[in-house]
Amino acid sequence: MTLPAFKQPTAEAYDQAAEPMPSYLLAQTGFSSWLNTRDHKRIGVMFYVAVLVSLMLGGVFALLFRLELLTPSRTIMDAVTYNRLFTWHGIVMVWLFLIPSIPNIFGNFILPIQIGARDLAFPKLNLASFYVYLLGAAIVLTGLMLGGTDTGWTFYTPYSESTPTTLFPVVFGVFVLGISSIFTGLNFIATVHMLRAQGLHWNRLPLFVWSIYATSIILVLATPVLGLSVILVGIDHVFHLGLFDPNVGGDPVLFQHLFWFYSHPAVYIMILPAMGVISEIVPSFAHRSPASYNAIALSSLGIAFIGFLTWGHHMFVAGISTLDAGIFGILSMFVAIFSAVKVFTWTATLYQGEIVFSTPLLYFFGFLFLFIFGGMTGVAVATQSLDVHWHDTYFVVAHFHFVMVGGSVTSFLAAAHYWFPKMFGRMYSERVGLLSATAVFIGFVLTFLPQFLLGNAGMPRRYYSYPPEYQWLHVLATGGAFLLGGSVILALGNLLVSLRYGPPAGRNPWDSRSFEWLTESPPPAHNFEQPPQLDRGAYDYQLTDEEAYVRTFPR
Amino acid sequence: MNYLAELVRLALFLPPQGSSLAREIDWLHFVVITCTLLGAFGIAASGGILCLRYRKRVDRDQTIRRRGVPAPLLWAELTVVLGLFGLFVAFWVVGYWQYVKIATPPADTYDVYVSGKQWMWKFAYPDGRHTTDTLYVPVNKPVRLILTSRDVIHSFFLPDFRVKHDVVPGRYTTLWFTAERPGTHRIFCAEYCGTWHSRMLGQVEVLSDVEFQRWLSEGEHERDFPLDPDMPLANAADSSLSTRGEQVAAAHGCLRCHTVDGSPYIGPTWAGLYQSRVPLEGAAPIDADVAYLTESMMDPLAKIRRGFAAVMPSYIGYLGPGDVGALVEYIKSLQHIAGGVRLAPAMPAGAASYVLPDTGPTPIAPPAGESGQPREQPKRTLPADARDQAPLPQPAPAATEQPQLQRPVPLQDGKQP
Repeated sequence: MTLPAFKQPTAEAYDQAAEPMPSYLLAQTGFSSWLNTRDHKRIGVMFYVAVLVSLMLGGVFALLFRLELLTPSRTIMDAVTYNRLFTWHGIVMVWLFLIPSIPNIFGNFILPIQIGARDLAFPKLNLASFYVYLLGAAIVLTGLMLGGTDTGWTFYTPYSESTPTTLFPVVFGVFVLGISSIFTGLNFIATVHMLRAQGLHWNRLPLFVWSIYATSIILVLATPVLGLSVILVGIDHVFHLGLFDPNVGGDPVLFQHLFWFYSHPAVYIMILPAMGVISEIVPSFAHRSPASYNAIALSSLGIAFIGFLTWGHHMFVAGISTLDAGIFGILSMFVAIFSAVKVFTWTATLYQGEIVFSTPLLYFFGFLFLFIFGGMTGVAVATQSLDVHWHDTYFVVAHFHFVMVGGSVTSFLAAAHYWFPKMFGRMYSERVGLLSATAVFIGFVLTFLPQFLLGNAGMPRRYYSYPPEYQWLHVLATGGAFLLGGSVILALGNLLVSLRYGPPAGRNPWDSRSFEWLTESPPPAHNFEQPPQLDRGAYDYQLTDEEAYVRTFPR
Repeated sequence: MNYLAELVRLALFLPPQGSSLAREIDWLHFVVITCTLLGAFGIAASGGILCLRYRKRVDRDQTIRRRGVPAPLLWAELTVVLGLFGLFVAFWVVGYWQYVKIATPPADTYDVYVSGKQWMWKFAYPDGRHTTDTLYVPVNKPVRLILTSRDVIHSFFLPDFRVKHDVVPGRYTTLWFTAERPGTHRIFCAEYCGTWHSRMLGQVEVLSDVEFQRWLSEGEHERDFPLDPDMPLANAADSSLSTRGEQVAAAHGCLRCHTVDGSPYIGPTWAGLYQSRVPLEGAAPIDADVAYLTESMMDPLAKIRRGFAAVMPSYIGYLGPGDVGALVEYIKSLQHIAGGVRLAPAMPAGAASYVLPDTGPTPIAPPAGESGQPREQPKRTLPADARDQAPLPQPAPAATEQPQLQRPVPLQDGKQP
């Protein structure tokens, strides 16, 4: 069965502007016009480049240590190198890729347009956030490469205080990256409160904005705790104060509480924006409003709130009381409820839609399966007696990669395709897009499904060598990792080639009703030629494109 | 029903059910995983069906879209969400109930003190015996492990028994199990603890009542293993000092870290060490003479060999003068074995092997008369005679909770150490 191809609109008859304003890409030229820009769209594009470099770097680390795991003992590297590589992979992927990825690229670019603003509330702070990010990334990477940090991305004390490798530059870099996160979070919160277009009430706010708003709350409230606790570990490592060292009265488990107080909400920093992307893509391609706007919007806030109260589920076997474990267990279940509300609503949105099948929607289907699987195994590891067996095994590794890669990276790629026409004014190759989306899914499942089985079998994580009977599952996972890496390269290469050779996209290639599709592709420097005055919601698919336009820009 | 459970267990790659708790925990596991699979496949499939059913058709007019949004059925939403919540609460109730069971040892337990150290496990039994990396327990008797660490956080993981607990320096944590049948089970360290985290392995030998009694009595005998130079050696034929040194090395766990075949491991190899030039960390290289070897046993951190971590504990007070002399003679005897070459760190043969014997429990301690013979695998199959008296931790917790690890007093019911 072939699905009908989507016909792209060619002419915008109602676009009366005699001389269209130049796009943000052409409004100013020259290298310094980029480095000094205050334009949220250009800053978003600069983040795009930096974050993709981080993704490649983290991916190469992962492929190297997956190669090492092909055989039960030494394959290509020694244990010291292996321990460094998984540490570098974790740190780069978490702080340099996942946390800034969707908020700082697509949040930066799309959020002001979606609320009808000319820019973010604090454009200079936005640029500062980018440079602080670069500074933090430089410090972290220098520290990792020169110091050979081998603590794992979790920096568990007291090992991290006694490791013979360098630690301070790395945690200081993470601290600096945290400042960048806080800048961005503050900026988004202020922008959503202050700069919404006339008529854009809270109950009309696009769902992507809701999820970025919820993310920003976590960024602002949780990041200081992380910054402080990792800096304490760094100071301890250098000066041997013994804050977390039991030999002089410190408590190593206290560090775990502090670390997870940030790092568990940080998981929602990574997944909430991904949910926001999905909440935009599903209505756009089903051409109908979300089955329940309130359910999606409020569950984002619910996740942001409850996410602060679940950190103890990382410590069921670390020595917390059974009462604590019980409370943290049941609170963790609520996250699954809020996530399930979203999943049901997205699926129900397809009902009676007018569905056009294209690459972002295919990524959505991959996301749907992987996220439910990852989320339900999250319920499983929050079930205390089962977690006793699974804790610190490959099962947990597989679970969070299902959520972080299957959820966040899949929707990162979905967003990259979905907003590509808006950001750069050109269409990508749909055939290559569909092919790469399929390959990403297969590669992913091949990499991480065997890791669930390894975890069941008892294989602990961060093992350089392992019992030989686990080998064939590791071989599958390594093969899948290379397929996954190759297909991500294919997907991004498709976009890169289309930057130059893609056909012009037009203003609204997806026939969407969200506000960002009402401006030109790529948008002019200040987003709109006249300020929008909204007399409709972002998902009013009962209106035609022309009616929607008129009810946004009344003449 | 049991066959079915066994089939599901194999399909999920779960290890054998070695403890009394494993079977009921696995039942919850099966239910949770089944729900996960049903949820993921069910919703993804219904999404796919909806996508085909409502795909955009060229011939369809815009009436559906013009009709607007179908009102969401509130009762349907609530039913689904509340139903799901009920399911999760059910998981939680059963899981929490089992978790409390895992955390609460029964009254009458056999207690073993466990201390983790980079990168080995040491077990101290109620009657004062010690073993390294192999834990001997009786079958069908609740065993409580009292865990602590000398350096960093480790995690004591018994996959076959479905139990695990972090081993934290400065704290004592507990873990218990009842092994259901004799056999051998793996011990993993599950919390990342440094370079050789993946070699921090051990095994549990579950012994039948008869064998455990035999081990207990032989263990008593083993404690008189003649390491003291004033005592006669059991086997006069092997009475050379270097042979004695080999026994001392095996008994004190030296060979856990030092190899005798030239391959570097956690510590420097002994092969070719004597009289060789030793590069030091932050100091000029020196010759490995008798003084250096002795100092390295008594104050290992004084001179750290370049490329090795400062992890060796001091053996001062644990090795008598005769033992030290025997060890030095043993290291001397290895002088002409090719060593000192910086090979790739590889496992020395027989050390920390992942391959567990599948022929039931390993042979328990040989009679003292045979113990003088060289062993092929001095580490793994180190039997119960390992009188491991390496220094034990003094991590400085509150004085009230510091048990006598040297000679643990058997705990009375319900009393904390």
